[in-house]
Amino acid sequence: MKIIKEKHPFVMRWTHWVNFPILTIMIWSGLLIYWANDVYTVTIFGHTFVNFFPDWFYKVLHIPHRLAEGMAFHFLFMWFFTLNGFFYILYTILSGEWRELVPQKKSFKEAWLVLLHDLHIRKTTAPQNKYNAAQRIAYTAIIVMGLGSVVTGLAIYKPVQFYWLTWICGGYHLARILHFALTLGYVLFFVIHVVQVTLAGWNNFRSVISGFEVLEMSPPVAVEMAAEETNASTDQDNIADQVMDDPIHPAENIQ
Amino acid sequence: MKMSIKKKGKKLLSVEQRIKRRNFISFASFFLLGAAGLRGWKWLYHSPEETPGITAGMGKPLRRALNKTELFFRNFFSNNHLVQTYPKSMAAKKVRVNAHIGIENEGFKPESWQLAVVKGGGDILNLTIEEIKSLPKTEIIYDFKCVEGWDQIQHWAGVKFVDFVSNFNLQQQATMQYVGMETPNGEYYIGLDMESALHPQTILAYEMNEQPLTLEHGAPLRLIIPVKYGIKNLKRIGTITFANQRPRDYWAERGYDYYSGL
Repeated sequence: MKIIKEKHPFVMRWTHWVNFPILTIMIWSGLLIYWANDVYTVTIFGHTFVNFFPDWFYKVLHIPHRLAEGMAFHFLFMWFFTLNGFFYILYTILSGEWRELVPQKKSFKEAWLVLLHDLHIRKTTAPQNKYNAAQRIAYTAIIVMGLGSVVTGLAIYKPVQFYWLTWICGGYHLARILHFALTLGYVLFFVIHVVQVTLAGWNNFRSVISGFEVLEMSPPVAVEMAAEETNASTDQDNIADQVMDDPIHPAENIQ
Repeated sequence: MKMSIKKKGKKLLSVEQRIKRRNFISFASFFLLGAAGLRGWKWLYHSPEETPGITAGMGKPLRRALNKTELFFRNFFSNNHLVQTYPKSMAAKKVRVNAHIGIENEGFKPESWQLAVVKGGGDILNLTIEEIKSLPKTEIIYDFKCVEGWDQIQHWAGVKFVDFVSNFNLQQQATMQYVGMETPNGEYYIGLDMESALHPQTILAYEMNEQPLTLEHGAPLRLIIPVKYGIKNLKRIGTITFANQRPRDYWAERGYDYYSGL
């Protein structure tokens, strides 16, 4: 017996998918800007381990000599990036969705269990609602990072008019490094995110487009279900919620 | 969506049907919106270049966005927002030279240089460097920022532009919206909004690290405007003009933001 369980609200799906191309454009145009003065390296005790970026990197991405273009795109899409993020945060607060998202006290401990479980070191993991402990931390962190990009970005963009922001960011140099490091963070997040989404499977992925997951009810509840089949569909969702939260009769995700 | 079905009083769909229906609607919307977004991006990326004028070299919509963004951020401009200054010891001894545009010609003689201030109505004020040096000297040690991304703490000294204006009775001209500056050979030129030009830290500099300017740093007189990127800090000023329209600007003709304010 299949049931529909509502998972992601429309605003979350909308802002998620709008953010993806915008952030891609921000990273690309950011590279066009960074290229003009690509001085960052990871140097420890005089040995340079990483040079951002080797020549071939720019060649592959067709990036050289396009600083003006990079700035024009960056300073247009910064608006969309900021507004989209603002809209998401506002919605998450007003709707109460933040309760499912923000890490709880136990999340930091549980996140280790999730990690060990995902690495196939542990068989079981802590029970979860919409997001597991590791997801709560990651998805909250990425929002904080987004906010960080806007703040550090403004600190670099208008260091005189917003001198107090630049000061909060630890000065122009540090703000610029943070802005750059956050971008590396997004790329890292993206890689892990895509791997995790792939591993989680279709049902999970679809829920970020269609908003719901399809669950297979376990038999005892299914009998109950049959009696209520003609009732309002919202009841089914309530049952689905109970099933999800019930550790004895865990719902099984199916395609 | 389910609610609307109920309201219309339609027969309840089976779970399978509902799943199929919602999948279809959401995925169709997803791909349609995705395709629309891609089209929008292609339109923007391949948008025709602006008609070359005071600004040039940028796609039309992108230039419009730059100009709108300028208007938004100009709301935050204030003469009370000062550039951070540093102690003398932090100033670079070897000051970076990034470009020679407009100051390449070899025949230039600083001794015979005069500054031409175009007052309008055919009236031109010619000033020698001594006349300019006779005004109160202002020093500034601040972090010079290049649009390319590098910055350097530098030590400059000269006449505040706002002092320059009041001393040579240019108050009338300063009510206009823009200031234009050009090198004597006219090969490098910039335009400034008046409020940035009159900012208390904007100076016409004739000294660097307590020495007279060298030719490659813009001798005998250059602009130091800390509220702008380096591209606006014109070396070897030949003429100063005032206007209510944007004066021509070298880098704005090459795709850069006209305002370029910090």
